[in-house]
Amino acid sequence: MKLLVNLGRDTLNVLRGMGNATIMLFQALVGKPQPLKMFPLLMRQLYVVGVQSMLIILVSGLFIGMVLGLQGYTILVDFGAEQALGPMVALSLLRELGPVVTALLFAGRAGSALTAEIGLMRATEQLSSLEMMAVDPLRRVIAPRFWAGFISMPLLAFMFSAIGIYGGFVVGVQWLGVDDGAFWSVMQASVEWRYDIMNGFIKSLVFAFVVTWIALYKGYTAVPTSPGISAATTQTVVYSSLAVLGLDFVLTALMFG
Amino acid sequence: MEARKIELLVGVFITAAIAALVFLALQVANTTGSLRGETYTLYAKFDNIGGLKVRSPVKVGGVVVGRVSNITLDREYFEPVVEMKISKQFVGFPDTSTASILTSGLLGEQYIGLEPGFMDEGIMTLEDGDEIFMTNSAMVLENLIGQFLFSQGND
Repeated sequence: MKLLVNLGRDTLNVLRGMGNATIMLFQALVGKPQPLKMFPLLMRQLYVVGVQSMLIILVSGLFIGMVLGLQGYTILVDFGAEQALGPMVALSLLRELGPVVTALLFAGRAGSALTAEIGLMRATEQLSSLEMMAVDPLRRVIAPRFWAGFISMPLLAFMFSAIGIYGGFVVGVQWLGVDDGAFWSVMQASVEWRYDIMNGFIKSLVFAFVVTWIALYKGYTAVPTSPGISAATTQTVVYSSLAVLGLDFVLTALMFG
Repeated sequence: MEARKIELLVGVFITAAIAALVFLALQVANTTGSLRGETYTLYAKFDNIGGLKVRSPVKVGGVVVGRVSNITLDREYFEPVVEMKISKQFVGFPDTSTASILTSGLLGEQYIGLEPGFMDEGIMTLEDGDEIFMTNSAMVLENLIGQFLFSQGND
């Protein structure tokens, strides 16, 4: 009996949280656009969310591409199929690793920072002071951060894939001696703009939406104490990673299944 | 000064992303192989299509001229019907052409090999919506092995 009560309460809490998150996002994004006021704020957030995440994305992309080149080569060379290294690296980066790893890194690098920042704004009552000054904190604080995350993550995913393919090229062609022309031409024969690159782009848009949304909601509803903000930050990383991996399976099944 | 620096860095960020996209578009994806522009449709019936899939290439002498756009089953004779979209750059195949389902390499993907037939008086070219009547089905390994065992048994 008690088990059922707990289950019911948990379900209701989850549903209530999802409803609140939707209402928060709706109120933040829907309304009269104010491009003049929004633009500097958006610029500032693009810098914090996008530019500052660029380094970690580029470095991890390069290394993941290099590892893919190395591992792929050792397996493919057994079958005498090392020309297939190009499409292997390119397709795994464009379809899967680009969007997914970017989203995971983005959740760790930018999502946690967003949660902590907004949570601390709530704890130090900056959000309430904004309301006192008749400034809607949802429009002023949440909206630019959301758009910044939503815009910058697909761009970061493109960079990740591009530099990863370059990393695979460096290891495969320049170090292990796969033929240069075969590497690129076999890759070009199997990668398609609309099918592979655009589906990866759609994936990263979905992940950007989910990760930024979770980060903002967790920050906005954080308990305004030190342990509360700490828990909210952890939850952001955990929930967005799980959401990304789960959604990735669904999207992959829909797109490539 | 501070705002200007941020704007500059955001500009660099966007430029880097666009550069990555251009790299992906030009160097990684095939811009020529995916059929752009006008296509026309041809049909072919096979006994067995093996592992042919939608989007498999249609090749003439190794050159990709089109792609398989749809595979259905003929309702009357229960034969697979393959619909191919061929680029308008490659028109005027004679209707004596042969379509075969071939395999690239030993274990590679299956594709349709189009063999242009002879041209003579009274022979039409293949137009949009036409059917290729001469077809060779896919080689199915199990059938081959079966035939081999059967022929061994006769000796």
